[in-house]
Amino acid sequence: MSTVATQTETGGTASPSLNRGRSARRRALLVRIGGWFAIIVIGIYTLAPFYWMLVSSLRRTSDIFDNTLLPTTWSLQSYSNVFSGSSNFGQALLNSLIVATTTTVLALALGIFAAYAISRLKFRFKSSILAIIIATSMFPGISVVVPLLRLFSDIGWINTYQAMIVPSLSFAIPLAVWNLTTFLKQLPYDLEEAAMIDGASKWQAFRKILLPLAAPGVVTTAILTFIHSWNEFIIALSMVNDPAVQTATVAISKFTGASEFAAPYGEQMAAGVIVTIPLVIMVLFFQRRIVEGLTSGATK
Amino acid sequence: MTSSPIAPTFTTPRVRRASTQHEGRTASLLLSPTFLVLALVILYPLLSAVYQSLFSAQSGLDENGFVVEGESFVGLGNYLDIFAGSDSGRFYNALFNTSVFTFVSVALETVIGVCFAVMMNRAFRGRGFLRAAILVPWAIPTAVSGLLWRWMFQADGIVNSISGNQVLWTAEGFASQVAVITAEVWKTAPFIALLVLAGMQIIPEEVYEAAKLDGASAWRQFWSITLPLVRPALLVAVLFRLLDALRMFDLPFVLIGPRKSSVETLSILAWDSSNQLQYGTASAFSVILLIYVAVIAFVFIKLLGADVAGSGDERRQRKAAKAASKGAVR
Repeated sequence: MSTVATQTETGGTASPSLNRGRSARRRALLVRIGGWFAIIVIGIYTLAPFYWMLVSSLRRTSDIFDNTLLPTTWSLQSYSNVFSGSSNFGQALLNSLIVATTTTVLALALGIFAAYAISRLKFRFKSSILAIIIATSMFPGISVVVPLLRLFSDIGWINTYQAMIVPSLSFAIPLAVWNLTTFLKQLPYDLEEAAMIDGASKWQAFRKILLPLAAPGVVTTAILTFIHSWNEFIIALSMVNDPAVQTATVAISKFTGASEFAAPYGEQMAAGVIVTIPLVIMVLFFQRRIVEGLTSGATK
Repeated sequence: MTSSPIAPTFTTPRVRRASTQHEGRTASLLLSPTFLVLALVILYPLLSAVYQSLFSAQSGLDENGFVVEGESFVGLGNYLDIFAGSDSGRFYNALFNTSVFTFVSVALETVIGVCFAVMMNRAFRGRGFLRAAILVPWAIPTAVSGLLWRWMFQADGIVNSISGNQVLWTAEGFASQVAVITAEVWKTAPFIALLVLAGMQIIPEEVYEAAKLDGASAWRQFWSITLPLVRPALLVAVLFRLLDALRMFDLPFVLIGPRKSSVETLSILAWDSSNQLQYGTASAFSVILLIYVAVIAFVFIKLLGADVAGSGDERRQRKAAKAASKGAVR
């Protein structure tokens, strides 16, 4: 559109349109410079702190306080310290993986049926039901933790995986139901209807037609739910005090490293990188879908 | 699709009639597991918190020197203590911190997020890179981001060395509040940018072309076209951020530490009370926080018209369907 306008403007011979052509070209240049400016500003803003974490984790413990842009001597010392110390960090990563995966699978398993009902079936109070599910996602974590902490200590669940998984469902289920509902609503109903006219049951239509079509939405929801559960902190901090069961985010916050004196910044940064890298890789692979999932609620 | 040929037993109208009777039952069957779990993890804690907030734990020594443990019903005593008791200063401080952190950081995030969205909307090259870059702070666990910023705000850390200051950011005081807000804004402004950008991309280009023809400046276009049209997306984004910021816990906890009065939020206060087995007081704190959250949500949804569930859409559809069916009857 704009290129056409520029061509017709520069094509003119009269001096005012020549001027306009020049100013249009100048504007195009400005837009391009603005684009690069945007990339640089946003890139520095978002990536500089992350870069600093990465660089600091690759320094030797002795020159951790250097402020050079690259390590003077590259070293994986911090990384080996993370796993060799008494902090049990490998176990913590495994715990995080168990808790986040189980939470995600449970939330998806429950969420897909709820989302199917909301997006495909006719029943009363549908919008209030969706509203209730969304409202529950606004529940502050601490309001879940305090009463459940008490309940779980009464039934001996403290220091167990389920003590972290069950409360995590309080944010994972609303997230999953909402995302899946949005995705299912976007899928056409015609195919399922055609299958049902051909004699397929609702269950068959759901399993053989809708589910394969909804697979991208399910994957997106799974990623979002997984990231949220992986990053969860307050529940894991409150429900568990045994280092053998605690998750990586909590382990990091309590990180004292191998040596007891001097705050082990290098090891903290290395541990931070290790916890974040899986997420960053996921983000790079699925960025388009994650953005879709994050924004699906806001653009309707 | 189906391996065995199934004879078409239903005709379309019969499917419809049967479905209206059965769908309600099927729906409740499909929804019940979700609601059962939500009842356990949301409804039970809610009721239990309200109930427990009316009791006070008494653990101490009685006059004979015996350890006494038990709970007594104190009615609204916990709330009274919180609002007017000898320790009420700590509550008001936490309430103040929570409010300041929430409103200041969300205001900054909104401005930065909208700026980023405008920039990303204009940048044609490198959009994929920008999208990935902007997701990085969002994906970093808050606890890790707290550690990361504590490292950068160290006395001899990078922030002081770049700015040439010798500020003790991670100790108590105003500097620590600045540190918390900085870290919070860094992590969450991209989220607002994403939502606003998504809202911007559905604005048709013709609207801008028309405004350009009418000689509207870039600023005027932004103010009179972009901003009103992204308002629904922006409202939802800001509401989510406000509700999220009100329950802020991880960041001040990791960046500065627990029991630091200048960064203690309501969530930290409630957590600390429950850690000291003061379940009654802790429950009362969490109920107060919940009411705060509910009020903000109510203001946004009822007064400002944030359309969170896309329910406006549904209502419109329902109205249209009703009108259509009426037309059909006539």
